[in-house]
Amino acid sequence: MTLVQMITTFCQAHPTAWLDRVLRMGLVVAVFALQACATVANPDPRDPMESWNRGVFGFNDTVDAAVIKPVAKTYRDVVPNWMRTGVGNFFGNLDDLWSGVNNALQLRGLDTADSFGRVVINTTLGLGGLLDIASEMGIERHSANFGLTLGRWGVGAGPFVVIPFWGSSTLRDTGAMVFDIKGNPVNHIDDVPRRDVLTLVNLIDTRATYLKAGEVVEEAALDKYSFTRDAFLQRRRNQVYDGNPPEEEELPNPDDALAPKQ
Amino acid sequence: MTRSFFRSVLTAAALVLTAMVVPVVHAEEEAPDALIKRLSVDVLETIKNDKAIRAGDMAKVIALVDLRIMPNVNFQRMTASAVGPAWRQATPEQQKRLQEEFKILLVRTYAGALAQVTDQTISMKPLRAAAEDKEVLVRSEVKGNGDSIQLDYRLEKTPGQGAGWRIYNLNVLGVWLVETYRSQFAAEINAKGVDGLIATLTERNKNNGKKA
Repeated sequence: MTLVQMITTFCQAHPTAWLDRVLRMGLVVAVFALQACATVANPDPRDPMESWNRGVFGFNDTVDAAVIKPVAKTYRDVVPNWMRTGVGNFFGNLDDLWSGVNNALQLRGLDTADSFGRVVINTTLGLGGLLDIASEMGIERHSANFGLTLGRWGVGAGPFVVIPFWGSSTLRDTGAMVFDIKGNPVNHIDDVPRRDVLTLVNLIDTRATYLKAGEVVEEAALDKYSFTRDAFLQRRRNQVYDGNPPEEEELPNPDDALAPKQ
Repeated sequence: MTRSFFRSVLTAAALVLTAMVVPVVHAEEEAPDALIKRLSVDVLETIKNDKAIRAGDMAKVIALVDLRIMPNVNFQRMTASAVGPAWRQATPEQQKRLQEEFKILLVRTYAGALAQVTDQTISMKPLRAAAEDKEVLVRSEVKGNGDSIQLDYRLEKTPGQGAGWRIYNLNVLGVWLVETYRSQFAAEINAKGVDGLIATLTERNKNNGKKA
């Protein structure tokens, strides 16, 4: 299923006028980015679509700097900490539900029990998910989406893909997104404006959580695109292998071959 | 001077020497995971108890990293690894500049993450290494608020120097630092050579310093 078909299907499933328009705009941007294809200086085998990806990455960065980051900053400055924590907990609780399903699909008994246990405790004792009682009780969160499930079933990541507005992904994770969207309870709300508001609030709250991390990347990266890509791919691989990825061939210790030793 | 007097002096000298030698030997035998645990707890405790650092005083965090962590890092190896094959062609002067600028960049980045510590704790994972291994992987976890962040270190044995082990690579959440910077540096070197890389790093450090 091509990216175009996926986005079109998504649009048809969610007949919201403005969201529809925004997504179609993303599609147009993607097509334009494709036109700007030029050969890259240092091709990375994990990133065969690098010039396309760089184009979309630049677009995402612009939109982020112009719209999303300022809104997230205002949200962080205006909304009190306890309220932001509540929002985070609420959406985290919804995420725990889908994580439970995925952990079950991966046949991870303990993680499944943890995830569903979290949902039950936080929904009942935690006032509908606003309070994270489960963490205080020591029940760990095991976040999992369908891309991770596919990865653990043995599906390779595929090429690196930057999705308009969304950001870093891989071909496998992009395909899995169709299921992730269905697995998010918010997307099953029939009342469209309410659903959109919740989606937006989730987006802004998530962005606000990563404001500091974003600043660290800004300072640490010489090339934001390759830094983000390399960090993302390493992290994803690490998640699939549960913290124990097989060793990729390590470059020999440069000191061994050096002539003058200090 | 009687023979017994000399014997006492020699015994005293022997005792003093032993007292001096024993702590050094003890330090050399510190296991790599014990070293990491000691360092991590040390740094975390300092941050938790220092209001200025928690408020985000970057200079203090940098001073802390410089004082407590850097002596246990083989920074030359880290830089050489990140720079890659071009390291061998670089002059000693260039190598020195690269090391300096890379260190400033890393300390700022690491310091940025440390400034966000609130009430995390460190737990070490069991060390899987043979006694004669010259290079080991130490795995730890930073726990706080239900999240747990994976933090791994690669250490090399340096008998006789400092604590006996030095860090040469660092992994946060599955992302190895040296590997990530390797592709960053490779791109710069291919485009502008080693001097270009030094210039980019210097420029970046200046800009980051201005923001502080």
